[in-house]
Amino acid sequence: MKLKLKIWRQKNSDTKGGFHNYTVEATPEMSFLEMLDVLNQQLIEDKEEPVAFEHDCREGICGTCSMVINGQPHGPMALTTTCQLHMRHYKDGDTIVIEPFRANAFPVIKDLVVDRESFDRIIQAGGFVSVSTGQAPDGNSILIEQDVAREAFDAASCIGCGACVAACPNASAMLFTSAKATHLGYLPQGKVEQAKRVRRMVAQMDKEGFGNCSNTYACEAECPKGISVEYIAKMNRDYFSAMVGSED
Amino acid sequence: MIQLDAKIPKGPLADKWTRYKSSVDLVAPNNKRKLEIIVVGTGLAGASAAASLAELGYKVKAFTFHDSPRRAHSIAAQGGINAAKNYQNDGDSVYRLFYDTVKGGDYRSRESNVHRLAEVSVNIIDQCVAQGVPFAREYGGTLANRSFGGVQVSRTFYARGQTGQQLLIGAYQALSRQVSLGNVEMYNRHEMLDVVKVDGKARGIIARNLVSGKLERFAAHCVVLGTGGYGNVYYLSTNAMNCNVSAAWRAVKRGALMANPCFCQIHPTCIPVSGTYQSKLTLMSESLRNDGRVWVPKKMEDVESIRQGKKKPTDIAEQDRDYYLERKYPAFGNLVPRDVASRAAKEVCDEGRGVNKTGLAVYLDFKDAIMRYGKAEAHANGMDYNDSVLVRKLGTKVVEAKYGNLFEIYEKITGDNPYVTPMRIYPAIHYTMGGLWVDYNLETTIPGLFAIGEANFSDHGANRLGASALMQGLADGYFVLPYTIGHFLSKDIRTPSFSTDLEEFRTAEDEVRNRLSSLLNIKGDRSVESFHRELGLLLWDYCGMSRNAEGLKKGRQLLKNLKEEYYKNVFVPGEMEEFNPELEKAARVADFFELGELMMVDALHRNESCGGHFREEYQTEEGEALRDDENYAYVSAWEWRDEEEPIEHKEPLVFENVELKTRSYK
Repeated sequence: MKLKLKIWRQKNSDTKGGFHNYTVEATPEMSFLEMLDVLNQQLIEDKEEPVAFEHDCREGICGTCSMVINGQPHGPMALTTTCQLHMRHYKDGDTIVIEPFRANAFPVIKDLVVDRESFDRIIQAGGFVSVSTGQAPDGNSILIEQDVAREAFDAASCIGCGACVAACPNASAMLFTSAKATHLGYLPQGKVEQAKRVRRMVAQMDKEGFGNCSNTYACEAECPKGISVEYIAKMNRDYFSAMVGSED
Repeated sequence: MIQLDAKIPKGPLADKWTRYKSSVDLVAPNNKRKLEIIVVGTGLAGASAAASLAELGYKVKAFTFHDSPRRAHSIAAQGGINAAKNYQNDGDSVYRLFYDTVKGGDYRSRESNVHRLAEVSVNIIDQCVAQGVPFAREYGGTLANRSFGGVQVSRTFYARGQTGQQLLIGAYQALSRQVSLGNVEMYNRHEMLDVVKVDGKARGIIARNLVSGKLERFAAHCVVLGTGGYGNVYYLSTNAMNCNVSAAWRAVKRGALMANPCFCQIHPTCIPVSGTYQSKLTLMSESLRNDGRVWVPKKMEDVESIRQGKKKPTDIAEQDRDYYLERKYPAFGNLVPRDVASRAAKEVCDEGRGVNKTGLAVYLDFKDAIMRYGKAEAHANGMDYNDSVLVRKLGTKVVEAKYGNLFEIYEKITGDNPYVTPMRIYPAIHYTMGGLWVDYNLETTIPGLFAIGEANFSDHGANRLGASALMQGLADGYFVLPYTIGHFLSKDIRTPSFSTDLEEFRTAEDEVRNRLSSLLNIKGDRSVESFHRELGLLLWDYCGMSRNAEGLKKGRQLLKNLKEEYYKNVFVPGEMEEFNPELEKAARVADFFELGELMMVDALHRNESCGGHFREEYQTEEGEALRDDENYAYVSAWEWRDEEEPIEHKEPLVFENVELKTRSYK
């Protein structure tokens, strides 16, 4: 199939970017990124600069791949990262518009590559259990209900890709932040410092310039891992009760 | 002449690690604050090491070429992590895990290291639980286990099919905590391009800032490499796209030794190749072999009809299916170790019985498991267990709960529904048992340079058992290196910090700059990618699932020719001082050429078959691997010498506790 691509090209964070048009020949079995590989090989053969995009595991788990495809982060398929999107969902003659994730807290580095270190700083603010190596009791000493373990796992399955931010009209990072807070807050090991954790993570989130949540639920709709907006409500509850408690 | 000394502590096997820990030199807390450590790589090994060393009080600088330490390829491990907890009361023990690992590795690993690994395995699970890793649980709230290949106990802990992700996030969180406390300086998007030696000891690195493209110098008292394996030398593998050997290879260029480079693991259950554009292969977890049955048709006419699309696998009658693993290996059946399962798949495909267009695929079928689980569910809930529609529905739910995400991945990639039609699978490069030679302290032959996780030649001998990579990565990082590094650093408590203005740093930086600019200046006509694909195919053909002397000699010559063309005709677009992924790839592929050649040298010299290394000349009448313990029970540690022949150094493997036997899974 022959496709028309409109791709955002931007040399670096200091220069202005714009859309460039390309055509590429693809087959239905290819993944979306393999289609871009083919384009890049073409560009290199023509001695042009290939399109910079981020990717690594190509199995939908590392969270490295990003990009907005025809207006949707990670493209049209539900519960699917860009790397797991396949070309059989497109047809000959389609035009595909490809842009980077857009948010003030995710500055563009080059073309489709953005800087998501703000997510790391949110985790550094409190997205952990304060336990050092060697301090752990036996794994079975604290029993955890199967359902609790399952819910914690569901929240923990966030891959930190940032699609929630890219999907949100306010570029809010509430889904990402609340998923981590919920994962740890559900478990007995993480409950102990939940109030402090939530207070600090929310403060960092605001500091990074992410927007506020206005309940559009676009984040949940676009999340490739199906992270639930319920976590946002849960974190809000934790946050309010934490703010009633003492500051640290 | 390099003298290999594994520094194995004296005493009985079970006491070595305890005695070592009680007698190793320690560094006092006030001195730890003055000592700096560079950790390169933030996968399971690197992140757990950086976090644990920082907790101890050392000043740590951690480096990753990713945009975040949470992206390392450890994240993709699906099935689980082994530990000798014996929570199932099924006869597991530290000794049994040790024994299974030595046997599974086809008796080519170091007893003392493997025993230590088995000992600390139990602490890893405790540590991860405490960090909030959401492992699967039983109804009563205790930790759940499942089985993996090559063992007869149930010792694998798991978090659905995303165990690696959850363990890595645990380590990443521990690392993040130390970053927030100011004990770790984190350098994202920095790729190590050289080790800097001062007076023969590793005292720093040269890294390229991948955003600005500038070269930067970093000094420390010692350097730790947790930079993973080199499976991507084959281009197509289950490794992430950016996995590479460069950090380890740069260490080799500075005098470290590469051990057993020809020991590569080929994983039997991956989604088969579908086209020439293919960029990577996707693994289907070994845990699926708990419930999936592997088969191909008995009759060639059925194979033909399937390939022509006239028949579906579900049309093949039970008596016309060859469940070849169950037939050949009744004791372990579908759960034979990876090397055995991979070779068996190759064998039936070589016979012409492969079930896709390319003839390179076998079936992994869940029909029986679905019906078995469905019946049990129907029984348990008082429903009609003779109603096959109901049973299938109930069974599908059970299988979905166990392997749902894997089945989803499969369907996304292939468009087939594995609940209805069997999966098609084929072996693919997955893991490398070879790596930097290290002693008991995990120190390479360069003093002060340590290698952990998949980057070292490790504890897996010639074949790694499933769910043992996560175990080893975390064992090294959390519980081994934090002790053994004291052995080196205790002698350095009076050594002040090193300046990066030293001549050694300047020279190393210049060398890196020259290397990169010479790649940029070739300005040929072929892309890096096209060379990498050709190199990969060449290695797969001549140094892949089976090897022979003639092929290896030919392959080496072809590789040399290709390398020569690379330095004449590669085209690397862009500049050095900018974000330039093509330049990153070009430098990595250059290192892959040298490593690939060394792999062939190693494979050619090892005149035996063991684990992942199958030499066609050395097999039994039944086609099983034929080891030669008399002549090859040693580690080959290679000294690379650029244009001259590499030199082999041998570390004899002494087995005092395990009797060397033919590895039988029949």
